[in-house]
Amino acid sequence: MAIDNETVRRIAFLSRLKIEDDKLAATEEEFNKILHWVEDLNEVNTDNVEPLVSVNENNLTLRQDAVTDGNQVEAVLRNAPQKEYDYFVVPKVVE
Amino acid sequence: MSGLILEGKTGKWEVICGVEIHCQIISKSKIFSGASTHYGSDPNQNVAFIDAGMPGMLPSLNEECVHQAVKTGLGLNAKINKYSEFSRKNYFYADLPQGYQITQFRYPIVGEGTVTISLPDGSTKDIGIERMHIEQDAGKSIHDMAPDKSFIDLNRAGVGLMEIVTKPDFRAPEEVGAFLRKLRSILRYLETCDGNMDEGSMRCDVNVSVRKLGEEGFRTRCEMKNVNSVKFVMQAIENEARRHVEVYESGGEIVQETRKFDALSGQTKPMRKKEFAHDYRYFPEPDLLPLVLDDEYINRIKSEMVELPDAKMARYVKDLGLTPYDASVICENKEVAAFYEKAAKGHDAKKVANWLMGDFFAMLNEKKLELKDSPISAENLGRLVELVTTNVINGKTAKDVFALMAETGDNPEKIVEEKGLKQVTDTGAIEAVIDEVIAANPDNVAAYRAGKTALMGWFVGQVMKASKGKANPGMVNQLLSKKLV
Repeated sequence: MAIDNETVRRIAFLSRLKIEDDKLAATEEEFNKILHWVEDLNEVNTDNVEPLVSVNENNLTLRQDAVTDGNQVEAVLRNAPQKEYDYFVVPKVVE
Repeated sequence: MSGLILEGKTGKWEVICGVEIHCQIISKSKIFSGASTHYGSDPNQNVAFIDAGMPGMLPSLNEECVHQAVKTGLGLNAKINKYSEFSRKNYFYADLPQGYQITQFRYPIVGEGTVTISLPDGSTKDIGIERMHIEQDAGKSIHDMAPDKSFIDLNRAGVGLMEIVTKPDFRAPEEVGAFLRKLRSILRYLETCDGNMDEGSMRCDVNVSVRKLGEEGFRTRCEMKNVNSVKFVMQAIENEARRHVEVYESGGEIVQETRKFDALSGQTKPMRKKEFAHDYRYFPEPDLLPLVLDDEYINRIKSEMVELPDAKMARYVKDLGLTPYDASVICENKEVAAFYEKAAKGHDAKKVANWLMGDFFAMLNEKKLELKDSPISAENLGRLVELVTTNVINGKTAKDVFALMAETGDNPEKIVEEKGLKQVTDTGAIEAVIDEVIAANPDNVAAYRAGKTALMGWFVGQVMKASKGKANPGMVNQLLSKKLV
């Protein structure tokens, strides 16, 4: 699988990253190098092998249902570029 | 019941529909954090750092959310998957501070199931459940507080959700309406979600397509997100299906897209396509291990299950002699069913059902009261019916007693006693009244005897009136026919 110019643009858009036009070719080449390197794994037969989710053999431990957090609106909003009436304020996003 | 068939210029079209329902899980704290799930708190009060997408924070799964999901799965007659895992669904939106939603993708906690719906014509239909998974909710964006800004409240961000996906089994808007009501009823019986569509704790996405009647396979579908009432869901389906027929018949094609339902016009319109192109790049959530359940855990939840509406309905029909329709009306709401059982205990169950669904609901409606605030207790409703079945009062008097009960909250025996409403079943007393009526109306007696037998009803009315409604109507009829011959 090779990455083309259009795919680089699309991935950048989905990641909300700005890639200048003159950097597209270099980024494309970098992506392809990484993919090429990973493609070595194609030599391994993975038929009927489930993707590995974790190398940790344990199962998930669960938390008790209790309210132990919250009530810290000041701390939560501290890094917000803009806030008002205890809300985060962002440029208008309407579908 | 047959499905909705749209008559087009080129023939008949069938409507195909499936739904995805997001249901907020009832739990004290959020699915991956210890912040409260309380609805209606001040903005951003119930927010842990992980809910705000702060770096370095780790999710920790709430055991109650798992318990609720398994319980719901069992209520949907579905397979509980002992192995499930979490994934990240990646997209950018202001009310999703992590930049991804933790959800389940390849291995959901609940697999295939079935929900049986009752339709207005008395028939039933099985709707297939494709799967149900658990995930975190997003925050809330408020767009009307400033002209060029959106305000974000993260109190809802991280609240546990169950997403229930049906198979494309619906053929009419009414079927979807019946399904939503049934699902809400099941969730409320189980107490796993409060099912309030207007508060957003149950949200519905609808997929609609059409095909020529008799055609195999499915055509392209369109999705409408977050339609927030049963009425609007039904309206959205019908209007969207009509749009599809019009597009096909004018030679066009339907593109797969997400559309927005506008409640004011009842129409759907496309959302901006490019930005919402589905490319979620799911991958396994590295911060959470797979969730593994054992039989003992699942069986324990099975043993805690309450009687669900279907089982209750079947019992009411079999043991109490109710019609399936009456049983379904009473069972839809857990509180109504509990009230009914209390009222019917030891009395004529069918008559109690008639009173409950007739005069009783009408009284609540008229007084704009909730069931829990009813002036007439379940016990007193049962006792009123008992007074009628044991002939202490007649049906007509019962209506008057009922009205007084609704006004005063008194028990029916007390009202009957105080107002002297006991039915007259003494033959001599009734005969005396009949004699009076006959003596006072010689013309009508003559007419009756000459063959105008339709006057019987008039005579019965006169006798009832003269007895102030207290005579037993059956006896009046019988004695009158003898005397008038």
